Amino acid sequence: MMLRLAVLALVAFMTLPTVVVIAVSFNPTAILSFPPAGFSWRWYVNVLTYPQFQRAALNSLVVTGGAVALALPIGTLAALALERGRLRAPNLWAGLLLSPLVVPGVAAGLGFLILAAAAGLLRSRVVLIVAHVALVLPFVVRSVWVSVRNLDPTLERAAASLGAPPWRTFFRVTLPLLRPGLFAALLFAVVVSANEFVVSLFISNRVTEILPVAMFTYVVNYTDPTIAALSSLFILATFLLVWLADRYLGLGRVFLQH
Amino acid sequence: MAKAVPKAVPKAVVELQGCTRAYGSVRAVEALDLAVLEGEFLSLLGPSGCGKTTTLNLIAGFVEPTAGRILIDGEDVTGRPAHLRGLGVVFQSYALFPHLSVFENVAFGLRERRVSSAEIHRKVVEALALVRLEGRERQRSVELSGGMQQRVALARALVYRPRVLLLDEPLAALDRKLREEMRDELRAIQQAVGITTVFVTHDQTEALGLSDRIAVMSHGRIEQLGAPRAIYERPATRFVADFIGASTVLHGIACGGDRVALGGGATVHVVAGRALRAGEEVDLAIRPERVRLAAGPGDNVVEARVEGLVYQGAQTEVTARMGDGQRVLVFVVEPAPMPLASGQTVHLLLPADAFMVLTSAGAPE
Repeated sequence: MMLRLAVLALVAFMTLPTVVVIAVSFNPTAILSFPPAGFSWRWYVNVLTYPQFQRAALNSLVVTGGAVALALPIGTLAALALERGRLRAPNLWAGLLLSPLVVPGVAAGLGFLILAAAAGLLRSRVVLIVAHVALVLPFVVRSVWVSVRNLDPTLERAAASLGAPPWRTFFRVTLPLLRPGLFAALLFAVVVSANEFVVSLFISNRVTEILPVAMFTYVVNYTDPTIAALSSLFILATFLLVWLADRYLGLGRVFLQH
Repeated sequence: MAKAVPKAVPKAVVELQGCTRAYGSVRAVEALDLAVLEGEFLSLLGPSGCGKTTTLNLIAGFVEPTAGRILIDGEDVTGRPAHLRGLGVVFQSYALFPHLSVFENVAFGLRERRVSSAEIHRKVVEALALVRLEGRERQRSVELSGGMQQRVALARALVYRPRVLLLDEPLAALDRKLREEMRDELRAIQQAVGITTVFVTHDQTEALGLSDRIAVMSHGRIEQLGAPRAIYERPATRFVADFIGASTVLHGIACGGDRVALGGGATVHVVAGRALRAGEEVDLAIRPERVRLAAGPGDNVVEARVEGLVYQGAQTEVTARMGDGQRVLVFVVEPAPMPLASGQTVHLLLPADAFMVLTSAGAPE
């Protein structure tokens, strides 16, 4: 009984901020107050029609799409190299690849800012894509690595004995068997990139800024529930993504294996 | 200049010439010479670590020899990658592709060979019929039992008619009853297809029952190569005599004519098949089932003390020690002609024609 209460309290504590945000997003008045004074869709309409949010949403799509499209193949090859590559200092390589996880966002952001300024790319979304690749790579490498470890090398020998050259073996056997890890990697990469704020703040301007940055800028200037509505949409999108992944691709299996 | 080869001499399909494979300072296979003949079923038999699997991997192209050459149909394939050797391999762990159906597993090699889909369908169905798995095409390989998975693996390796079939302990992962069934089936399929086969095993019964020839391996070398009966009845070395059929090996000194002194005063007559020099040290192997209990002293009868008795139903395994300390293993068919007890002195008849004179004498035990 005590245990059940404790779990209940914990769940409430973890979900309360989300619940508050969603509730406030339907508030008909222009202040961020809780509990809401009624019910209205007006802030949702505001989100969808506000030009800066539209531009930022497009930026987010381009940056996240580009970063994920680059990070998946790079991270997969890195994971294969770490497991199979007979590297001289595998732990060092693994540490370097996973290091963005422990570098403070402010430091990383500053670094990217200086590099971008030096390269003259401050007005470009390219620098955002590059930064996001670096930020999501640890997640990609980690997820794919688990699948690579579970891979039975005999299967690749079998494919070779059946006449498949190495590149055909890679596409017909290795890659399909890495699918659970690749999928988890994709999911992590999308969620991390779409929610990335600190580093992106350093290296974007009004034209290139992605949604989280645009939301922050908005909050600095206005205090109406528009931002709550947009946050609710974000929560919904992430939730749907994870739910679909679990339903159709068995996310549980990805995390429980090994 | 090529000489005309008489038809009676079978052609060598696979040849290993002086092949060595070293892992660091360990030589898994050392200066190995072996020819696998057209259509034969050759077993590589030996304990784990004897180099039999490495030999198979050398033929398959999974590992490269550090020295020596490998020929297939007279062509040097040393250094040629596995996918260009055109062989079929069945692995101990089955190694079926878990993401593919039974059909696609069997079709894998045909797709790599760019066979038309109508042809693929016909051949896969045919191959599955050969291993008695008709109608399983759509199933996922992981849904099948171990025995069925092994048969899918066999169909997958046979469907494109490889030049040689390589079997790496294919029966080891099955339970005993299934293993015996699969063994008979394997032999029937191999003979029906008539494919040259190399079979790796540590199980002497499997090797004796399946093979045309057996290569008994130890420490990366072939100890003896020959037909199962020859290997069993005329083992060349102490290792072979002991590994195949748990023989007793007795050390003795030839003392003129066909007589060998075993030490402790016991002397036996031996049908050696060759003249024994007086004073020559010889190793004599004898199968436990050939040793008999005798009622009393006589020709070729030695005295020994019973040390251990293991009742096994159809027979009792008796360990006895002769006066000079040499150990003799005896299988006494039940019911035993006399009651046996530990510590008792028995008379053992070692028939002269039951002795196998080993060619290379090892150190006495």
